[in-house]
Amino acid sequence: MSLDPATVRRIARLARIGIDESDLPALQRELNGILGWIEQLNEVDIDGVEPMVGTGHAALRMREDVVTDGDARDAVLSNAPDAAGPYYTVPKVVE
Amino acid sequence: MMLTELTIAGAQGGLRRREFSATELVGAHVAAIERLNGRLNAFITVTSDLALDAARRADAILAGGEDAPALTGIPLGIKDLFCTDGVRTTAASRMLEAFVPPYESTVTANLLADGAVFVGKTNLDEFAMGSANITSAFGSVENPWKRAGDEETVLVPGGSSGGSAAAVAARLAMGATGTDTGGSIRQPASYCGIAGIKPTYGRCSRWGTIAFASSLDQAGPMARTVEDCAILLQSMAGFDVRDSTSVDIAVPDYRAACGRSLKGMKVGIPAEYRVAGMPAEVEAAWEQGIAWLRDAGCEIVEVSLPYTKYGLATYYIVAPAECSSNLARYDGVRFGRRVPGESLDALYEATRREGFGAEVRRRILMGTYVLSAGYYDAYYLRAQKVRNLIRKDFENAFRTVDVLLTPTAPSPAFAQGEKMDDPVQMYLNDVFTVPASMAGVPAMSVPAGLSASGLPLGLQVIGRSFDEESVFAAASALERAAGFTHRPAVRAEVV
Repeated sequence: MSLDPATVRRIARLARIGIDESDLPALQRELNGILGWIEQLNEVDIDGVEPMVGTGHAALRMREDVVTDGDARDAVLSNAPDAAGPYYTVPKVVE
Repeated sequence: MMLTELTIAGAQGGLRRREFSATELVGAHVAAIERLNGRLNAFITVTSDLALDAARRADAILAGGEDAPALTGIPLGIKDLFCTDGVRTTAASRMLEAFVPPYESTVTANLLADGAVFVGKTNLDEFAMGSANITSAFGSVENPWKRAGDEETVLVPGGSSGGSAAAVAARLAMGATGTDTGGSIRQPASYCGIAGIKPTYGRCSRWGTIAFASSLDQAGPMARTVEDCAILLQSMAGFDVRDSTSVDIAVPDYRAACGRSLKGMKVGIPAEYRVAGMPAEVEAAWEQGIAWLRDAGCEIVEVSLPYTKYGLATYYIVAPAECSSNLARYDGVRFGRRVPGESLDALYEATRREGFGAEVRRRILMGTYVLSAGYYDAYYLRAQKVRNLIRKDFENAFRTVDVLLTPTAPSPAFAQGEKMDDPVQMYLNDVFTVPASMAGVPAMSVPAGLSASGLPLGLQVIGRSFDEESVFAAASALERAAGFTHRPAVRAEVV
């Protein structure tokens, strides 16, 4: 599979990474280089093989449904790039 | 006495016998950082004042008697991927240039509880993505080693934990934390002539460590001896309820394992690691390592890990996929850099374009693609299945052998500027380290000797899950046999 410029633009849009038209040729070349290299996995017979989603040594644990953290509003907001009082801010999203 | 030449084990004794104070020990390292960090760029943030304050407190504890915690007064570097309460933590990214965590990672909290003194936050590849420490937004790191007869050429320290490796090799810290996703502890340890272990996935908590690829990321220690790594891992490791992949089993006495006899240990030599084009000196170091372990009483067994050759390609699907998901949190709203935009999407896109460097953007795009509708099965699901086959390779091998011995990297450290035009060429540096990461098993690099050009070459010992003890035992035997006393050209005591 080879990526065309439209696909690179679509991926960048999905990833919310701004790209310029002038970035496209280099990105397309690099991504296609990597994709061409990973095509080698197509020669592996994976019939009947389960996907590995983790090393599986830790079982998901249950715990009491209680609050374990909180009262940290100022700490949580301390790194906000544009806080307004006790709020994060974003550009207007509803007209 | 050159305090910067001591091992951690040696300094523990010296501090308790009051041969020198923690203030003197930490002060010697702080002075070395002040003198050499401008050149090596091993630290992004130096915390001299905090370190000297902590050293004075350590001296008070040491004066109080015998029960000072194990690492009291020991100066360490902390990879700038571990959140440190009140100390800027950047992940070597413009995105987190001004990020000051209001909490402490579990691994660093464990080290602090044991008395360790942090001298600074070490440089790394941005978000731990790289094999040469050249993707840092804070500049590349210089390897303190030089090719014989060539003081000019700047070599890379490896990556991503390149700042930690360079700091420990140059005697700016006695040890350091690293993280390893596909080789980020072991490969820089090999390039800088030090020891470093990636423990079993689940052994060290990932809580408070900035995430790259969550099913692979694992913290571990880097130090100049195997025993020092054992001392540090003892403190770093342990169950943590705040990491759902942390495993609740006892942490054994790693230091004791270093002295264990190897009589009867079975060491596997995987045929598939003899890759085409491997430099003769890397192969020779490997053969030497095999001979050393045989002399130490090990039985050498040829084994096969047939899916080894698919490790890297699998990694470069799985890791970017997880990276694209993990790094979605950097949105310019809650923390980190923000570049204003007219709409929310414009804010996201501008922030992420400016905040991330080229390699991070590339991996996010690759990960987004392999997870996108229509391609998920062809790439991501297939890679997860191949990953399972790679893990089964290790499980099969460990039915007959106790550890595996391989080279750590296919070459010694290379020069800045080499291998930089093509991402795939750079990725190949991790060919020997990635398979153990995919399987989650523990693996350690130990210096074995020098290349013809006078640069360190590391050997890798890979063990069964949660059997770091056998890894430490075999690595210690290699270390004793190698008698590696070479030191880099740039280091604290060279004026």
